[in-house]
Amino acid sequence: MNQPADEKNWVGKALPRKEENRLLRGRGRFSDDVKLRDMLYLRFVRSPYAHARIVSVDISAAEALPGVVCALTGAEVVAQTQPFIEIGPDPFAKIKDYPLAVSKVRYQGEPVAAVVAQSAALADDAAELVQIEYDALDPVIDAEDALLNKSVLHDEAGTNQVWNGVFEYGEVEKAFKEAAHIVSIDRMHFHRFSSTPLENNVVIGCWDPKDERIYYECNNSFPSFAIQFLAAHLQVHIDRIRVETSDIGGSFGIKITSYPQMAICALASKKAGGRPVKWVETRSEHITSSAHGNERTFRDTRIALDKNGVITAITSRHIDDCGAYPRYEPLGCVIWSQVFAGVYRFKNARIDFSQAVTNKCPVGPNRGYSRMQHLWFLERVVDICAHELGIPPDEMRLRNYIRPEEFPYTTPNGCVYDSGNYPKMLQLAKQRIGWDEWKKKQAAARKEGRLVGIGIGTTLDSGTNNFGQSQIVNPGLPYSGNSQGANCKLDIYGEVVVAVGSCPQGQGHETTAAQVVADVLNIHPDLVTVRTGFDTERNVHTGFSGTYASQFAVSGLSAVHGAAQKLKAEMKRLGAFVLQTKENDIEFGTGAQGPELRAKSTSKSINYWGLANLVNANSAALPEELYEVTLNCRYIWRAPFKVPDKQRKYGNLTLTYASQLHIAVVEVERDTFIPRILDYVAVDDCGTVINPPIVEGQVYGATAHGIGAALMENCVYDAVGNMLTSTFSDYTPITAMNMPKVKYDHIETPSPHSYSGAKGMGEGGAAPVHTISAALQDALFAEGVFIDDSFNNADSLFRALVAKEISQVGKLVKVEKR
Amino acid sequence: MPETIEKVSIQLKVNGKSHSVSVEPRTLLVELLREHLDLTGTHVGCDTTYCGACTVLMNGAAVKSCTMFAVQADGAEITTVEGLEKDGQLHPIQRAFGDAYGLQCGYCTPGFMLSAMQLLAHNQQPSDHDIRKAIAGNTCRCTGYQNIFKAIQLAAQNMKGAR
Repeated sequence: MNQPADEKNWVGKALPRKEENRLLRGRGRFSDDVKLRDMLYLRFVRSPYAHARIVSVDISAAEALPGVVCALTGAEVVAQTQPFIEIGPDPFAKIKDYPLAVSKVRYQGEPVAAVVAQSAALADDAAELVQIEYDALDPVIDAEDALLNKSVLHDEAGTNQVWNGVFEYGEVEKAFKEAAHIVSIDRMHFHRFSSTPLENNVVIGCWDPKDERIYYECNNSFPSFAIQFLAAHLQVHIDRIRVETSDIGGSFGIKITSYPQMAICALASKKAGGRPVKWVETRSEHITSSAHGNERTFRDTRIALDKNGVITAITSRHIDDCGAYPRYEPLGCVIWSQVFAGVYRFKNARIDFSQAVTNKCPVGPNRGYSRMQHLWFLERVVDICAHELGIPPDEMRLRNYIRPEEFPYTTPNGCVYDSGNYPKMLQLAKQRIGWDEWKKKQAAARKEGRLVGIGIGTTLDSGTNNFGQSQIVNPGLPYSGNSQGANCKLDIYGEVVVAVGSCPQGQGHETTAAQVVADVLNIHPDLVTVRTGFDTERNVHTGFSGTYASQFAVSGLSAVHGAAQKLKAEMKRLGAFVLQTKENDIEFGTGAQGPELRAKSTSKSINYWGLANLVNANSAALPEELYEVTLNCRYIWRAPFKVPDKQRKYGNLTLTYASQLHIAVVEVERDTFIPRILDYVAVDDCGTVINPPIVEGQVYGATAHGIGAALMENCVYDAVGNMLTSTFSDYTPITAMNMPKVKYDHIETPSPHSYSGAKGMGEGGAAPVHTISAALQDALFAEGVFIDDSFNNADSLFRALVAKEISQVGKLVKVEKR
Repeated sequence: MPETIEKVSIQLKVNGKSHSVSVEPRTLLVELLREHLDLTGTHVGCDTTYCGACTVLMNGAAVKSCTMFAVQADGAEITTVEGLEKDGQLHPIQRAFGDAYGLQCGYCTPGFMLSAMQLLAHNQQPSDHDIRKAIAGNTCRCTGYQNIFKAIQLAAQNMKGAR
């Protein structure tokens, strides 16, 4: 029987994921599972030095090993390619970035040569036979030191400063003149970490010299970006590059920047006569040389407050460390400004932002990319001011939050926050954690000499970028807005098939896209086949297709919705002809013959097979005026953005702003200095929820990444640039033994900027990093310690509390009361 | 030279099926499963025995197949994720992981399910701490573990009902 044509049946429901069938049975298709005929295996030879001149590279012994097909060096790459495009302006546009080091190595783990053999084991053997002589240079490990240019990484640029810009809004000097209190913070530091997806990078590249086409099977998570770099670098037309992705074992942004390895696999395949070349990254390669999150130092911060503790102005100098090559950077130099004001109302601010290269692994987008550093900075500012002025941190936030009635809210730099209710989230989080009881327990614990703190972290997950912000970094860039494509068709036998250009890594796109289409056509989502994964030959992608930057719920599903509506309109037109009625008499539903269209007036119906057959296999029965009906509908969704004002650095940079409010109760053990989480709550607001358990799962995952980053996960370099945490045993990703039970809750403030009210939400704003810093601050402030680093483990807490080497509030924070 | 490395013949049973294979002594068990037997449901995540994506059962015990040589499995019975289904029906642990949204990207999931198999074979009513200990050697970067805890509890309940 026909069900009522209700477009809101499936969106919002806890539909089981369509992906599970293959994944639970071990039948996923991850890139390393793919074997192609005559496939060869590639192994990189990497630099043991952080900074050194390459004196010689000798591959002869490796090439002589039986089973080795070829080897590649930087010199060969230079002869065949152009350097990668640089996103930034001069002088960094002049640097020469190749996928293999040419005359110099600039970080430990940088690839210098590659060997290709008939098996992975033989490639390992051959790599050990490559002889490279180095002449060590002074390494630059700290970004502030880098800006002194004592040792320059890229001679072509002549400086280590990649970018500098001043973001100034409002009346800063006036606000400081009128301030009741001024708080100064000398230095704070956000550490390097990586989300380390469990599947490493994998590339299979095949470049058949005969037809000049390059084929990739890989797990890159932003292929439309990668192929633009590859086409220019390899000097092939972009249409000659086919990229296919399948199941991806996590990315969190890290797999966006695998294009250098993709380039090498293609060049190696070409040299090997067109045989496919597979490279499977090891975990140590991943940690030392894929990508890290941005490290950032905050200097000379000054905060003006009125007599009630309301922040009126902030000035600060931020120095971002992008590692040895800018690559995806310096986009991070502007992306943080999507959340320039965080969740706060201050109108006056001046941030002087620089980015520097150092002899460390290049950085790239990492869950919470570039915004989490700034959000952490703002949360530290708010907490430090609260403690210094004796205002409870919850009260301090209520005095400074953007108010619910102010949405849509325009920030000082022109971003438009779509919706939100931060006081309500705070209230809910306090209720869920039992704030008042914890306050009592904390007071009792303190009497016993225990170090217990309660911290709040309020954060934003800005989603769906306006790529026009790239022009703030480099006015010459040809990017703006945002778009996503989808294709929805009724196939020959009446199947509903949807294709999208995203590369999901566990976000359940097959499921949520099916929910959206099911609602449009009033059918069960089981009847909707969704093809995800990128494929340049599927013709659904746009220049921004991929999976990154918290946007699928908005950009991807808007495209799917648009394509499904186009298909529905065509089906209606065709149905009206077949059923000899008017289009407004047609209803959609499911009958005895499966999904169908029926005329309300006559109860006559035609099922999907009948409709599809008319177009595809029974076309003589179709009148000419219906020839334009293809039942194969492509839709491009475009975000309603304008190009920002590049001079003022002003404009709307992101479409939606999901928010997170976390509260943690943390105790630092007196004898071991181990920080332990006693209680944790995460409240989320991502507008209208498409599939509640999928959203909840994303919140838990982002929370684990944040807790791991705050307490366990740190990319540590020694003074000469040796990476000290290059295996999981050293890097220690958070495990089930360390992960606390998380109390989850949510509110919904629907976004007026998306068709469904949903907001992108996958990154989570690194809320736990801010929250745990705040809780540690609360626990240790009375001991004279202030939390000036985003990473805090037993070692650093010992150094702060007992050795008193670091984080001493008296030395680093000053308060001027007027 | 590597070519002249003498191969070793071994026999083992994988998911109930007998195999005779000859492998280099350095071949890891996970390579044997993935590359020689095409059982690609077992994954590699870290190479250093931390993450457990490569976990399989050897004679009923959960082992990390990236840290064992194939020759060490000579004569053993191995169960991989592909061997969990019976007659086309998902194992209760597989069903529970799906029902509890205990996976996202699915890369770590086979390893978690096999660690859970070992736990539930010996402990029908695991506490929260028992579950955490049982999967301490498995890393998941997507789920924050919360729904994995739920999935294993759910599997324990379902399997108890089935006994």
